Amino acid sequence: MKHTLAVDAATIGYDERVVVHDMTLEIPQGAITTIVGANACGKSTLLRAMARLLKTTSGSVLLDGRPIGDLPSREVATVLGLLPQTPVSPDGIAVADLVGRGRYPHQGWFRRWTHDDDVAVEEALTATDTLDLADRSIDELSGGQRQRVWIAMALAQQTDVLLLDEPTTFLDVAHQVEVLDLLTDLNRRRGTTIVMVLHDLNLAARYADHLVAIRSGRLYSQGTPAEVVTERMVADVFGMTSRVIADPVSQTPLVLPVGRHHTGDTPRTDDENHAARPDADLPAPARS
Amino acid sequence: MTTVLERGAAPGTLVAAGRRSRARRWRLTLVLLAVALLVVFAVSLCVGERIYSPLDVLHVILGQQVKGASYTVGELRLPRALTGLLVGAAFGMGGTVFQTMLRNPLASPDIIGISTGASAAAVVAITVFGMSGLALSGVAVLAGIAVAALIYALAWRGGVHGARLVLIGIAVGAMLDSVISYALTRSEIQDANEALRWLTGSLNSAFWDGVGPLALAMVVLVPTTAVLSRRLTALQLGDDASTALGVPADRTRLGLLLVAVGLVSVGTAAAGPIAFVAFLSGPIAHRLVRGSGPLLWPAALVGALLVLVGDFVGQHLLGIRFPVGVVTGVLGAPYLLWLLARSNRSGGSL
Amino acid sequence: MTPVDTAAPPAPAGGRAASLRRRRVVGLIVCLVALVVMVLASFAFGARVVSLPDVVAGVLHPDPDDIAQAAVQARVPRTVLGLLVGAALGLAGAVMQGLTRNPLADPGILGVNSGASLLVVVGIAWFGMSSLDTYIWLAFAGAALAAALVYGIGSMGREGATPLKLALAGAATTAALTSLISMVLLSRQDVLNTFRFWQVGSLGRADWDQIGEVVPFLLVGALLAAASARGLDALALGDDLAVGLGQRTGVVRALGATSAVLLCGAATAIAGPIAFVGLVMPHLARTFTGPSNRWLLPYSAAFGAALLLGADVVGRVVARPQELEVGVMTALLGAPVFIAIIRRQKVREL
Repeated sequence: MKHTLAVDAATIGYDERVVVHDMTLEIPQGAITTIVGANACGKSTLLRAMARLLKTTSGSVLLDGRPIGDLPSREVATVLGLLPQTPVSPDGIAVADLVGRGRYPHQGWFRRWTHDDDVAVEEALTATDTLDLADRSIDELSGGQRQRVWIAMALAQQTDVLLLDEPTTFLDVAHQVEVLDLLTDLNRRRGTTIVMVLHDLNLAARYADHLVAIRSGRLYSQGTPAEVVTERMVADVFGMTSRVIADPVSQTPLVLPVGRHHTGDTPRTDDENHAARPDADLPAPARS
Repeated sequence: MTTVLERGAAPGTLVAAGRRSRARRWRLTLVLLAVALLVVFAVSLCVGERIYSPLDVLHVILGQQVKGASYTVGELRLPRALTGLLVGAAFGMGGTVFQTMLRNPLASPDIIGISTGASAAAVVAITVFGMSGLALSGVAVLAGIAVAALIYALAWRGGVHGARLVLIGIAVGAMLDSVISYALTRSEIQDANEALRWLTGSLNSAFWDGVGPLALAMVVLVPTTAVLSRRLTALQLGDDASTALGVPADRTRLGLLLVAVGLVSVGTAAAGPIAFVAFLSGPIAHRLVRGSGPLLWPAALVGALLVLVGDFVGQHLLGIRFPVGVVTGVLGAPYLLWLLARSNRSGGSL
Repeated sequence: MTPVDTAAPPAPAGGRAASLRRRRVVGLIVCLVALVVMVLASFAFGARVVSLPDVVAGVLHPDPDDIAQAAVQARVPRTVLGLLVGAALGLAGAVMQGLTRNPLADPGILGVNSGASLLVVVGIAWFGMSSLDTYIWLAFAGAALAAALVYGIGSMGREGATPLKLALAGAATTAALTSLISMVLLSRQDVLNTFRFWQVGSLGRADWDQIGEVVPFLLVGALLAAASARGLDALALGDDLAVGLGQRTGVVRALGATSAVLLCGAATAIAGPIAFVGLVMPHLARTFTGPSNRWLLPYSAAFGAALLLGADVVGRVVARPQELEVGVMTALLGAPVFIAIIRRQKVREL
């Protein structure tokens, strides 16, 4: 059965502070949606509310049209999986056991561990390239390895909808792409609806079917990456000047940041370069 | 990325193999602990001022009349050993639930004021009202539960945040410690002595009349803990991950707290706050089990072992008779220190 | 594609820094006022209440024939001791919590209190000691030895003395020593009779000579604490970051631990074990100063001094003409205030 997730006029905050204002969003079913925005714009808060970790002050998050707070938590857990931003690893637990916790919602009160559970765990480990770490203790792993193990746990949950909060933290670029490719596989093969918060705008533009830009807790724009990622949007949402071109590898928008030292104006002359680095072999200056 | 099929094994077998080997190791540890417990139990029945043969002890347990042994073993040693076992298990489990739930090895029911509630009430009852026996136990338990409820209520502000609970528990516990201090200095020396005896924890008043209620309480509490312990494993992953797995953090914490308070109260009612068993059992069990499985059952066995061994040593091996609470700290803590030193030296994780 | 949102509310600039500065100033004022009031009250109140002009005269140029002024003179050492001990405990507590990165740590976590108590008990039991004069050095030695043991075990292994290892080693050592103490007390009622008065902290036992003996240790301890403040700030970020910031974590830890032992050992030696102050004052101070140790340490010390002196004054007033010792009063007074504060604000995750 396919499940739908939507946000309806939701205002979300902590104590007296309102972080997300009156957000209405419909998550396209069976697609990859990526949420982007500057730091502290409310994208994580929004994701957490969608995962029912936070209650909305007004409005609601709707799972299959029903307010998510009304549904029993374990039932929601079989449909909606989450990779939280800062998970806690219990002391000394083996990697395979930690990933196995993801099977929890599928097991009844009495912990029947079935063959399907083993298969799910192994698939999740294989997909995140952590199978050879299966029997190691989590304390021994690096930050990147741990992050992949946590992703494996979310995968082992085998839910129809998967929410990921910054899944690429700590990962080197090869593993970042690997994880995003695997999420794409999941989406194409199983139709899993994926919603993720990404801080890397270019990766977001590459992998998203649907891109949502948030500014100061409000929806700035949403649509396909080509529609959303413009120089105007980057300036408004991230406060940065940029040039947007077509990514030669994926044909999606590629944002080229314009900083103070690299402005896209005339390159330095040979003499200026030589003065700065007298001993280096100078590369040929770029022809514009 | 290689797929499992490329490796030629059926999917799931690799993981299953690792899981089974870890489960085997865990079961082995548990079995060894249980065997040790059984041995200590048997020894404490057979050995004492007079030594009885295991055969005689068996006859007594089966209800037959054996000259001499029937009274000593049947009326004195058996209820004492049973009480020790159940109380040790209760403290071991209760302490481990607290430490796991609060993710802080310094957290134990003593620290967050619950045992102190029972202790303060008991000390006042002894020194001011001259109470003893079942009435004293009753007062102690009721006070412990009342204090736990007070701490929870004070920490409640639209839900209970772990940090607030601990800090308020410490504050309330400190106040009760003051009361205990005061009572000890303002009373007659004999009363102070008796109060101190109660405070360290002792099995001296463990007779058959106490075993019934204790066993009944454990029959209720232990399965409840078992059921909730699954939720505890989810809670260990942090509130967010736990909720994501379908285990609501706040409600689960409340349930676990109730169960842990229940276990500790029941143990305290039967034998006083046997020093440190609640605090030591978890860390000792953790170093024995080393992440191969849940901590709760090994901790229960470790707790029971600490109490039974402590009582035996205190009764028979030290010249003067000491109550169990005095010995558990003297035995258990250095053992924990040794385990710490050993794991530190080998660079193991803590 | 949905229309672009152009109305964006600007973030408040520098608001948090300004509010922190305000809170610090408020905290400073509260502290100074409290200290002044407590000091005056300490001179004025007791078995006899002395009027303000007499207080001033009594302190500055006492008339030896005036009873009121004589009473004030007698209270001066006590007042000074209260300030010193309270400050030492508050400071030591802040250092230990920074060192162990554990908000449940108190200065006794290195086993200092129980080590001191054990050697005092030994002194009473086997050397017939019975007054502060004689056991002040035993207490200090016991504190230092226990801390050395804890630190030794906690720093084994390649990571050195990490917070977790220190905390566990300390708690286990405290457990062991406390049990040993109970062992002695239960077997010798006469020792219990002497000891139970020492173990309630009191400011009334020391005279100028004894204060003079411990002041050097307090001074050195305070200096070491101040020297370690920056290091503790870096340690709070985690060992890796601290090393990255150029901190020699081993040195900072050694400095901090030594300062805590000196401060807490000296305070316990001269006044007996006083709980609560070291544990709670850093939390209280933090609500005014934020986590920076440069402010947290002195504020902790100041709050500790105010609380201890206040508790002493109330203890003298409430039980006139006798006194309720400060060891009993600190928690009874401080805890409700602390609970009120905890309830009112947002508590950060422990």
